[in-house]
Amino acid sequence: MASQQQDVRDIVDRKYTHGFVTDIESDTLPPGINEDVVRHISAMKNEPEFMLNWRLKAFRQWQKMKAPEWAKLNLEPIDYQAISYYSAPKKKDGPKSLDEVDPKLLETYEKLGIPLHERARLAGVAVDAVFDSVSVTTTFKTKLAEAGVIFCSFSEAVQDHPELIEQYLGSVVPQRDNFFAALNSAVFTDGSFVYIPKGVRCPMELSTYFRINAANTGQFERTLIVAAEGSHVSYLEGCTAPQRDENQLHAAVVELVAEADATIKYSTVQNWYPGDENGRGGIYNFVTKRGDCRGDRSKISWTQVEAGSAITWKYPSCILRGADTVGEFYSVAVTNNHQQADTGTKMIHIGANSRSTIISKGISAGRAQNAYRGLVKMFPTASGARNYTQCDSLLMGNQCGAHTFPYMEIKNPTAIVEHEATTSKIGDDQLFYCKQRGISEEDAVNMIVNGFCKDVFRELPMEFAVEAQNLMNVSLEGAVG
Amino acid sequence: MLIDIDNLHVSVGGTEIIKGLNLQIQPGEVHAIMGPNGSGKSTLANTLAGRDDYEVTAGSVLYKGADLLPLEPDERARAGVFLSFQYPVEIPGVTNVYMLKAALNARRKALGEDEIDSVGFMRLVREKSELMQLDKSFLSRGVNEGFSGGEKKRNEIFQMALLEPDFAILDETDSGLDIDALKVVANGVNSQRDGERGFLLITHYQRLLDYIRPDFVHVLANGQIVRSGTHELALELEANGYDEILAAAL
Repeated sequence: MASQQQDVRDIVDRKYTHGFVTDIESDTLPPGINEDVVRHISAMKNEPEFMLNWRLKAFRQWQKMKAPEWAKLNLEPIDYQAISYYSAPKKKDGPKSLDEVDPKLLETYEKLGIPLHERARLAGVAVDAVFDSVSVTTTFKTKLAEAGVIFCSFSEAVQDHPELIEQYLGSVVPQRDNFFAALNSAVFTDGSFVYIPKGVRCPMELSTYFRINAANTGQFERTLIVAAEGSHVSYLEGCTAPQRDENQLHAAVVELVAEADATIKYSTVQNWYPGDENGRGGIYNFVTKRGDCRGDRSKISWTQVEAGSAITWKYPSCILRGADTVGEFYSVAVTNNHQQADTGTKMIHIGANSRSTIISKGISAGRAQNAYRGLVKMFPTASGARNYTQCDSLLMGNQCGAHTFPYMEIKNPTAIVEHEATTSKIGDDQLFYCKQRGISEEDAVNMIVNGFCKDVFRELPMEFAVEAQNLMNVSLEGAVG
Repeated sequence: MLIDIDNLHVSVGGTEIIKGLNLQIQPGEVHAIMGPNGSGKSTLANTLAGRDDYEVTAGSVLYKGADLLPLEPDERARAGVFLSFQYPVEIPGVTNVYMLKAALNARRKALGEDEIDSVGFMRLVREKSELMQLDKSFLSRGVNEGFSGGEKKRNEIFQMALLEPDFAILDETDSGLDIDALKVVANGVNSQRDGERGFLLITHYQRLLDYIRPDFVHVLANGQIVRSGTHELALELEANGYDEILAAAL
């Protein structure tokens, strides 16, 4: 046990490798939120009136709402008046191409290994990089445009495709859906917009890298992906934030719409700063992600690897509205030190013969708390619907916790719901066994953890699978003795 | 000398289990340690392999003339010490073949050899799995995941055959095996006897020794070796039971 405690202390010493701050002048609003701030954001973004009204409606609703307290999270109340709601890198004239982008920004991306240049490592991946609140550059636009795919920052979409925004914005996650979604709806500054036209298979993986930079700013991005009838898209989202003492709030909203026979695959690797060994600093990640399988035979698949953030509160969900729709949720959530995660999914079965699969893997080390919370709901209309849920927890050391909260509401007698759950500990036995075969402790932990996560990792696109595996290894370095 | 254990004392959780044990093993020798339950047999195996919580309070263990005790378990393994577990551990999601390759390459690296290539590795695996009569499908299964007791034990010896240690400790490898499986396991061990490699067989029953003929047999009781002899001693134990020998020894 003594050596285990020592090793737990060792993890604490590991450095957060993305903890650098880019020194550029930011155009930042003073802290605080009121209607003027909302108007100001909308005006700065030169938005049409429907957007301003939409934001104001959200803000008025948010004022009447309370932050949810049901999650198994231990946090101090957040002072929403102490946060600045807009931070944009100071523009000279607005970059038209990569050459005009602030070299320091590019350097930041370089450190993160984001392939902004078209010749970069991940050729074939189009990146819409969100730096604080403004989209810096979008690659591959031309090639995508040829396929009729729209992939741009949310701000641009508001200017160039207002009719699509008006039609779909808030149609999956309404403004008043929950406290954080309402806040996001009022003050969101940017994000990504994707539209895949009817019958089109998106010619490449789309990718957005989010990164929070300015201190004391919340990041409220908004992503909207619409897959028209018979289309197909795979979207990757990666996140990293610099290291700071104070906590930063991140309240994003992601909406997915899949029309008939459309498929959306959404993958996330989240590696935000988790705070230090005393639980100081780190990102508060309160995210609402929801997909609507609106048309028959449509499919939405969420895959997430959640390794960072001080607090993670997110439940990527599927509304299986159409008949024969498919919803999937594959999740690995890793918590270490004082990190807390309350994450899971909701599968709302409305359509007949809709099917859903939930595979959740939670890993806790240090003093972290990791909760799976999932809802499977079968409406009376969901004849023949099926769900399979598997929830596995892995504990490292003896000071962490794993919790499972499965909710099931079954209103159709022909629906079938299966739930399996396991909790295991990376045993001293397993480690000793590997070490006795000559494998070092570090390699043994990596091997065991990756084995545990295999069912989820194999759902990730290739580039992400490798990154996720590396991330896991770094996150849990020395976590067990 | 391969192994030289001198006046070894080992405590587990504050209780002394091994109380002044002496044992010397020369290269190529097979030693069997027999004894009643609770005599300290498995404690000896775990101590030699370097398991946590087995605290050496006095005495020394030299392996090839160098102090073994300061080494971590993985360092001991890479130096050629192998333990066949009494209760092999399951590692879900990690395939046998993956772990074996990692283990083999760790050992090769320690010996200053290059990592084995895939073709060479698969050839080796095929050869050794045939020796142990293990179905090839087990390679892609999780480590010991869903294995029967007999399969687990055969897997241990299979791993030993693959890693080719210099000193192998077999902790009750015969327990839970039917006679056919016992023969396969014994055959695997005998195929590894080359005049250089040393073996320490830990067993409760004489039966194993019918198939793996030891050079020396020791009786362990109350943390000490109370009698040593040849294979004859094992037969005597089988005929008379431990009580008589222990009574005579004490």
